[in-house]
Amino acid sequence: MSRTTLDLWVGIFVAMGIAALLFLALKVGSISGSEIRSPYTLTAHFDNIGGLKARAPVKSSGVLVGRVEQIRYDNERFQAEVVFTVDGRYKFPVDTFANILTSGLLGEQYLGLEPGGEEKTLAPGETIKKTQSAVVLEKLISQFMFDKAAEGEPAPAK
Amino acid sequence: MGGLRKLGSVAIEVVWQLGFIARFFWLILVYSGQSFTRLNLTIRELYFSGVLSLLIILVSGLFVGLVLGLQGYEILQRYGSSDSMGTMVALSLLRELGPVVAGLLFASRAGSAVTAEIGLMKVTEQLKAMDMMAVSPIARVVAPRFWGGVISMPLLAAMFSTMGIFGGWLIGVVFIGIDDGAFWSQMQAAVDFRYDVLNGVIKSCAFGVAVSLIAVFQGYDCVPTAEGVSRAITRTVVSSALAILALDFVMTSFMFRGL
Repeated sequence: MSRTTLDLWVGIFVAMGIAALLFLALKVGSISGSEIRSPYTLTAHFDNIGGLKARAPVKSSGVLVGRVEQIRYDNERFQAEVVFTVDGRYKFPVDTFANILTSGLLGEQYLGLEPGGEEKTLAPGETIKKTQSAVVLEKLISQFMFDKAAEGEPAPAK
Repeated sequence: MGGLRKLGSVAIEVVWQLGFIARFFWLILVYSGQSFTRLNLTIRELYFSGVLSLLIILVSGLFVGLVLGLQGYEILQRYGSSDSMGTMVALSLLRELGPVVAGLLFASRAGSAVTAEIGLMKVTEQLKAMDMMAVSPIARVVAPRFWGGVISMPLLAAMFSTMGIFGGWLIGVVFIGIDDGAFWSQMQAAVDFRYDVLNGVIKSCAFGVAVSLIAVFQGYDCVPTAEGVSRAITRTVVSSALAILALDFVMTSFMFRGL
């Protein structure tokens, strides 16, 4: 086989391989849209994080704004400490509310940020004060049961 | 006593073999400068191990994707989440099936051919003749074949995954009628470039090095008879497959721990 046809075939092969890699990176992995640029870290404490995991998305109004970096147990406060990064393009007020929410009924858990009304924004490394824990199904059910039971009881005699 | 002696001789044999492979690998790396300065040697090997493996890789990728689509739909619709079929197909191909199946196919299609070629060169004493003419057979014969395999393996694995995702899309969107937007958007939400795509590429590079090294080594090391060559080819395919599966387990346990 002559040199030029060999070169042509190898060229086609390499071009196809690179095209496949680009397809995987851009169309399948969506490297462009969801990539977090110049991130800064924030911290939040929760009584219960439910099934939140490291690398879970951080969303505000449903838009991905960051990722959970690290989850550890704070032995002084007896609470879970969640460290997460937020895209540097987005700033949140100091009274932002952090919730642990679930996407869909069986979906993954994510950290939801609800901005408050303050003028001052959170600086890198700061801690979010207002948090709400994950909803634990057992607690919800038992609360419901106790409420029902309390309703059914006759009013205590005065 | 006899058993112990046998154990000792087996251990020495294994260690000797490992040392030989390591030295051989080192020699390939030392002489690989020539396979890049005389690029036409490597391009020839890229043609033989890469381009000629294209057809089998693309066709099997497509079929693996089609099967994943059918089986995935069958299971996912039980939980009412057939929309996330794209996620399932893409993740299983990118993380495991793409590199592993492409590696196994590559070992049996290209690795065996390389072993046969080098083995036959040894039988017909071409390697010795080269040595006599002060041409290093490792630089002239072995290194280009090694690098041809190492370069083509990640490209082939990427094409395999791409064809597989196309197959899954064909079954899911075209035949079953899952929403096209949900298929792609769920996939894009779940697939992380660094975590999933890049780790898959790293895997396929490692498999490429392992398969190519085993193939050239078995050819170079074979007993120079017709039977020896056939044994070497068998050993190439068997030990490549074992190496791929074992390496895959080790790498998966480091890469994907779900933390």
